Amino acid sequence: MRKGFLFGLAALAAVSGGLTAAPQSVQAAGEGVPVPKFDWTFSGIFGTYDRAAAQRGLQVYREVCAGCHSLDYIAFRNLADLGYSEDEIKAMAAEAIVVDGPNDEGEMFEREGLPFDYFPAPFPNEKAAAFANNGAAPPDLSLMTKARGAGPDYLKALMGHGYEDQVSEDVLQEIFTLETDKRVQAYELALEEYQHKLEVYEDKVADGIEANRPTEPEQPLPVESIEDLGLSDGLSFNAYFPGYGIAMAMPLFEDGVEYADGTPATVEQMAYDVSNFLMWTAEPTLEERKGMGIKVLIFLIVFTGILYAAKRKVWADVH
Amino acid sequence: MSGFQSNNGVIRWIEHRMPIFSFLDHSVGSEYPSPKNLSYLWNFGSLAGITLVIMIATGILLAMQYTAHVDHAFESVERIMRDVNYGWLIRYIHMNGASFFFIVVYIHIFRGLYYGSYKAPRELLWMLGVVILLLMMATAFMGYVLPWGQMSFWGAKVITNLFSAIPFFGETIVVWLWGGFTVDNPTLNRFFALHYLLPFVIVGVVILHIWALHRFGSNNPVGIDTKGPQDKIPFHPYYTVKDAFGLGVFLVFFAAVVFYIPNYMGHADNYIPANPLSTPAHIVPEWYFLPFYAILRAITFDIGIPFTGVVIIEAKLGGVIAMFGAIAVLFILPWLDRSPVRSGRFRPIFRIFFVLLFIDAIVLGYAGSQPAEGLWLAIAQVSTAYYFAYFLIILPLLSVFETPKPLPTSISEPVLRGGGGTLAGAPAKPMEKA
Ligand code: HEC
Ligand code: HEM
Repeated sequence: MRKGFLFGLAALAAVSGGLTAAPQSVQAAGEGVPVPKFDWTFSGIFGTYDRAAAQRGLQVYREVCAGCHSLDYIAFRNLADLGYSEDEIKAMAAEAIVVDGPNDEGEMFEREGLPFDYFPAPFPNEKAAAFANNGAAPPDLSLMTKARGAGPDYLKALMGHGYEDQVSEDVLQEIFTLETDKRVQAYELALEEYQHKLEVYEDKVADGIEANRPTEPEQPLPVESIEDLGLSDGLSFNAYFPGYGIAMAMPLFEDGVEYADGTPATVEQMAYDVSNFLMWTAEPTLEERKGMGIKVLIFLIVFTGILYAAKRKVWADVH
Repeated sequence: MSGFQSNNGVIRWIEHRMPIFSFLDHSVGSEYPSPKNLSYLWNFGSLAGITLVIMIATGILLAMQYTAHVDHAFESVERIMRDVNYGWLIRYIHMNGASFFFIVVYIHIFRGLYYGSYKAPRELLWMLGVVILLLMMATAFMGYVLPWGQMSFWGAKVITNLFSAIPFFGETIVVWLWGGFTVDNPTLNRFFALHYLLPFVIVGVVILHIWALHRFGSNNPVGIDTKGPQDKIPFHPYYTVKDAFGLGVFLVFFAAVVFYIPNYMGHADNYIPANPLSTPAHIVPEWYFLPFYAILRAITFDIGIPFTGVVIIEAKLGGVIAMFGAIAVLFILPWLDRSPVRSGRFRPIFRIFFVLLFIDAIVLGYAGSQPAEGLWLAIAQVSTAYYFAYFLIILPLLSVFETPKPLPTSISEPVLRGGGGTLAGAPAKPMEKA
């Protein structure tokens, strides 16, 4: 009986562990270089948000990203979670101009934002957003950390380590090797196909049938520089963006914001801060969830222990 | 009728007018005799039932806040996550509950496959189980569409498009399913309606499933029939307490996932609102569909008359047939495996093939998550071939050629290791040390 139990557990673990790892690996297998892992304060069982970082991240968002990216699911009132007082929230909301209405005369009117208002979007609609950004609309950032496989690690890498001025030589070389290999592989496939076509062609010619000679694939050049990647115009290189060409020019520059708390605004610091903030916007209930989880698990483990004792007792006369 | 008794006046009053307490006692109480040797693998049936209840409870709570409209569905789910009290908890339970439901049911099915629980006289019980599996799959598929993320939309598109492979009527059927010319608002609406309905249909079939179960009672790890009272114990308190303990263990796993890695089994793309103009790089279904998805995509060749170029079944239709066939074959399983011995414990050759089938299913699942090309495609094809060979060739042949080990005379025999269970008068078969 114990054996059956262990088997059940093993199967549960195998199925939940083994099979569910699969979808993740698809994302990981997505062509590019691996995203560096970072040790966040919100990871782990007791994880909580680094509030100071999230507040700085809010500042980065408001001063840099908000020009292009909306944050549709966040209302000013939500900022209380990050430790802002009611007055601070009111003041922040008041900076926004909100279209309200219709009023009693049937007219739409503009007013100062209030805490229950949502963050205003920089563009009236997606078309306008795309038009202002060379055809690529900047996506809403509320859920961004949950909408990418590598989550906050990806955001931090994208913002702080991926652009041409930031990327490390090692990562660059890794990309060059990877891309060169890919080209060689593609070339070999094309060559195989070419040889096959050539045979068909030669057979036809031998039989006196008219045919077009297939074109021989070109030997690929190795990728040795960012230019060799052949990104389209208007795209910036970013080591962590799928395909390496991103329509967002590098948004963060040293001292691009002046932090209220005096923290030096290095690019890496800002990338860290804004990723913290965006993790919170994506999962504002994380702390509540993890806090409750501990209690639930302790209860369940104790209760299951008691049930086990009860089971042993009830079954004592059967064994 | 039964020996049901109670000291409580209210209970006696109700019982006299509507004998529900004795009914329960007969169903899952002290009047329901069960084999005494059931292992923990027999916990997964009751676990599945409880998970179904959890799904219905959380689902109804979600439905109170959810909006089935393409313009609002995604947002309404985010509102549940952010603004509804404990909405995040309800949604994470429902979302991961679907995965755990399948984990539990898959273990339950493999248990049945190993111990021959599908054999006479439990064929109908088994077939009702397969119906439940089908309904679960339909329910989960439609539920996954509701949050209207990228995977919701594209998953719905890919899967509904499969029906276009049906000859002659395919296109018409697909338009009929969609309620339009693409996956759109009518599709979302009907999926919500059906997603609400089907779980209750499942409840109905579960009741039939349990009804059929109670006709002959549970099978057991030895696979032989119970021979008398010495082989049995009442369901209550023995299996009620054992199931409760199993539930506790299950909930520990479940809670760990819900509270600490709630999005682990999901796909990041489903946090991007559905966009019909942008196809995700890889469209992958939820993990529990991956083995079937692998089978679907393994058929990459037309089936026809060799050397004539006549195509009878195009690759796409072939894939769809294979995928549904993978479940259809379970329906006829009781008539494919004719071996009179139920339990795999006494079938040395069967055991090997069974373990291979288990591995095969996991390999298929993995292959389903990979792009259908190159090595993984080949692996999926071999695994698909094995899956069908197991049911259609290996089991029928084993029924004829395998020599099972001698069976014990009764359940009590292996349980009471002293051999004290031999019935007086019953000729004791020589017991091999299993
Ligand atoms: C000048 C406008 C502009 C600014 C300012 C800007 N972005 Fe972007 N962002 C874009 C555009 C355009 C895209 C779409 C890129 C693409 O799809 O190639 C984008 C895409 C992104 C993405 C998605 C990348 C992916 O994987 O699809 C993230 C994350 C992001 N931006 C974060 C930020 C953050 C954080 C800031 C502030 C520090 C910021 N952006 C500032 C224009 C901008
Ligand atoms: C057999 C039982 C059930 C299964 C397997 C199931 C499965 C699912 C799945 C996989 C999702 C998608 C979750 C996500 O990714 O967000 C979902 C969503 C949903 N389900 Fe169910 N479900 C079941 C029962 C029910 C019931 C009885 C209801 C009641 C009406 C319900 C209501 C909903 C609603 C409203 C959603 C959308 C909200 C959301 O996506 O979180 N479900 N279901």
